[in-house]
Amino acid sequence: MKATCWMGKHNVEVRDVPDPQILNQSDAIVRITSTAICGSDLHLYNGFMPTMEKGDVLGHEFMGEVVEVGRSVQKLKVGDRVVVPFTIACGNCWQCRHENWSLCENSNPNAALAEKTMGHAASGAFGYSHLTGGFAGGQAEFARVLFADVGPLKVENGLSDEQVLFLSDILPTGYMGAEMCNIQPGDTVAVWGCGPVGLFAIKSAYLLGAERVIGIDRFDYRLEMARTKCGAETVNYEQVESVAETLKEMTAGRGPDACIDAVGLEAHGHGLAYMYDRSKQAVGLETDRPIAVREAIMACRNGGTVSIIGVYAGLVDKFPLGTLMNRSLTIRTGQCHVHRYMRPLLERIQNGEIDPTMVITHRLPLADAAKGYDLFVKKEDNCEKVVLRA
Amino acid sequence: MLHVTKSVTIHRTPEAVYRFWRDFSNLPQFMLHVRSIVTSGDRRSHWVVAAPAGQTVEWDAEIVEDRPAQQIAWRSLEGSDIQHEGVVRFEKAPADRGTEVHVEFRYDAPAGRAGAAIATLFGEEPTQQVRDDLRRLKQVMETGEVVRSDGSLEGAGQGASRQRAAEAPQSEVER
Repeated sequence: MKATCWMGKHNVEVRDVPDPQILNQSDAIVRITSTAICGSDLHLYNGFMPTMEKGDVLGHEFMGEVVEVGRSVQKLKVGDRVVVPFTIACGNCWQCRHENWSLCENSNPNAALAEKTMGHAASGAFGYSHLTGGFAGGQAEFARVLFADVGPLKVENGLSDEQVLFLSDILPTGYMGAEMCNIQPGDTVAVWGCGPVGLFAIKSAYLLGAERVIGIDRFDYRLEMARTKCGAETVNYEQVESVAETLKEMTAGRGPDACIDAVGLEAHGHGLAYMYDRSKQAVGLETDRPIAVREAIMACRNGGTVSIIGVYAGLVDKFPLGTLMNRSLTIRTGQCHVHRYMRPLLERIQNGEIDPTMVITHRLPLADAAKGYDLFVKKEDNCEKVVLRA
Repeated sequence: MLHVTKSVTIHRTPEAVYRFWRDFSNLPQFMLHVRSIVTSGDRRSHWVVAAPAGQTVEWDAEIVEDRPAQQIAWRSLEGSDIQHEGVVRFEKAPADRGTEVHVEFRYDAPAGRAGAAIATLFGEEPTQQVRDDLRRLKQVMETGEVVRSDGSLEGAGQGASRQRAAEAPQSEVER
């Protein structure tokens, strides 16, 4: 089959690879109809995630049709149309039973590797390095889907691929980012990053009752999307002296009640702090550039919540622990527990409360995946979200 | 003397985990280096363990203590090339957390080929290997089988723990 392979830093190729096989009896094989490139794929593309190997199949946002099921699969059958959550969860361990699906204790066969760097291992994930299990991803014609009775969401009604595809990751991730803010009436929520996850976080914050939502980015086309498609107020951080000061003024000195980091480890910024992080990261002294999360912590009102959904991989410098402690801030974070949100969000899509297709700017055939990565990483042609049709 | 203690928490009852372990023929499902265990009678078992360079090391063992849902202890019979003994305890974990499984293994590898084979087999990280075995036990007890990755096609229980690329491009497979 054709699959998008990571061939090294800044190098992906659509190549012929072996078809996936049923390896566990709870597996299904899915023929992929639509898949997408995620902002977090760019961290792999840019070489910031360790344990990628040449030839690894990328992609963790995908959906399609079941073409084969393992012996123990009961709920899914050949022909079913499914959206697949990017985190892999067994459904039976203590964490799954407590709905902490991205912390599944059984789905990462490389847990030992992850334990060495993180202390404890999180769940497996599709197409996201060997640290999360070395599972082949879904920017391909076919994928092996583990625990087929637990993860995949059957979509039976007339909804299009584009309407439901993002239930695999970015819509639930944005939603969880807002949910973790525990939004109360009157709250102002600030969202760092107006990529697709940031936009869904903005939209979700309104759905969950926020009074005001402020989107922060440096690309005008993204800020424009935040305003017109999600109803946010916006701040272009390259055009203000200090984001924290700007937010303080916008909230009459209080600061946003909750701050969401939808940026992660490759944050950009200006000034000395950015140069400091950029150079330390370049020589490997720091794995992550925590500029957005630092700002979010500094800006948040006393006693407020900082919700981190941008991806981090390792270590950061100059983390403002003092302000976090002294100002009674709460940090909420985690890889999205996608399984928890798929069904309720499908209902919101059906009810017309949220239209996930609003983030799509580019549609390409799978064969042009490399072009999609290039557009997305360079933010060319106002690229917000690339969907690949297999 | 190789002495390893390790533990894992499994979301099943002590009775269930005990029952699985008490049938020693189940152990190769999760113990990577154990190729087979054939039981005879209620307490005896014959172990075949993979050693480097395609060799195997074998011994007979006997259960010396059997407390249902609590503890099983066994040791190799006198005259074996390798003195092996093990004990596994099953303790109820707090609240709804299932069962704490605590294992303790000893291998006394005397001089000679068998001793050297065991030493090489476990290498420098015997604790990590037992930890991985217990992780696979947890997978079997909680999901019914060892979870396999495209990145570990050789799989567990069949003699390989090495990882390869998630999907090597076809051209490189053929090469």
